[in-house]
Amino acid sequence: MIKKKRRPLQEVNSSSMADIAFLLLVFFLVTTTISMDKGISLVLPSEGNELEVNRKNIVNILMNESGKVLLDDKPTRVEAIHGIVERKIAGNPNLIFSVQTHPRTKYQDYLRVLDQLKEAKATKISIANPPAF
Amino acid sequence: MPDIIFMLLIFFMVTTVMREYEGLDVIMPRAKMIEKLESKRHTTYVWATKDGLISVDDRIIHINDLAGLMYNKVAKDPKVTVSLKSDEKTTMKLITDIHTQLRTANTLKLSYSALTKKPGS
Repeated sequence: MIKKKRRPLQEVNSSSMADIAFLLLVFFLVTTTISMDKGISLVLPSEGNELEVNRKNIVNILMNESGKVLLDDKPTRVEAIHGIVERKIAGNPNLIFSVQTHPRTKYQDYLRVLDQLKEAKATKISIANPPAF
Repeated sequence: MPDIIFMLLIFFMVTTVMREYEGLDVIMPRAKMIEKLESKRHTTYVWATKDGLISVDDRIIHINDLAGLMYNKVAKDPKVTVSLKSDEKTTMKLITDIHTQLRTANTLKLSYSALTKKPGS
């Protein structure tokens, strides 16, 4: 007969537990990337909801393919837009800004103009469809 | 015993590959007046590259399929916001096409994803 040796129950050494927990903490801290979703918000008009707007309440902003801007038929530097727009809104708060782009306008140039409008606290922004070529 | 557990832990930590696919290869435009998106749960990401590729939910789709896809999304969650992650060199033709598709699907809340402008640039 094999004599069973009675061993005392071996306990797992738990002194390294804190190390493991700490290591796991650091690992997840390093690998987790907090995604910061930021951007310029805009609400599109619903389809078939085109409103008739008084012509004098519209400010046209035209952009060509190289990013040059025509604000009310005057060539304008992009950085100067927010100042002009701010003054226009102070004069007439009902103004609607209609941004019309060329199909080959760069997205960055378009965002720069939107950025300027947002900076001037313009809320009524309309995105006109570019003319079909 | 603790050594083995520890070793296994390290082994799996090292070999586990995190989900790497995040979208298409785009260089985000920069802007100053950016706002934080309300909630990630109600956000759908639409990627658009400068070559005209569009990707939604890790799949590359044709521009004309965008409206149908978004229509299903808005039916499930009316508060859905579209975060447009587009390359800075994308042409406005593609962006306008996306606008048209989104309007058809009645997903009207849109956010142009952008990075914070570096000071001085």
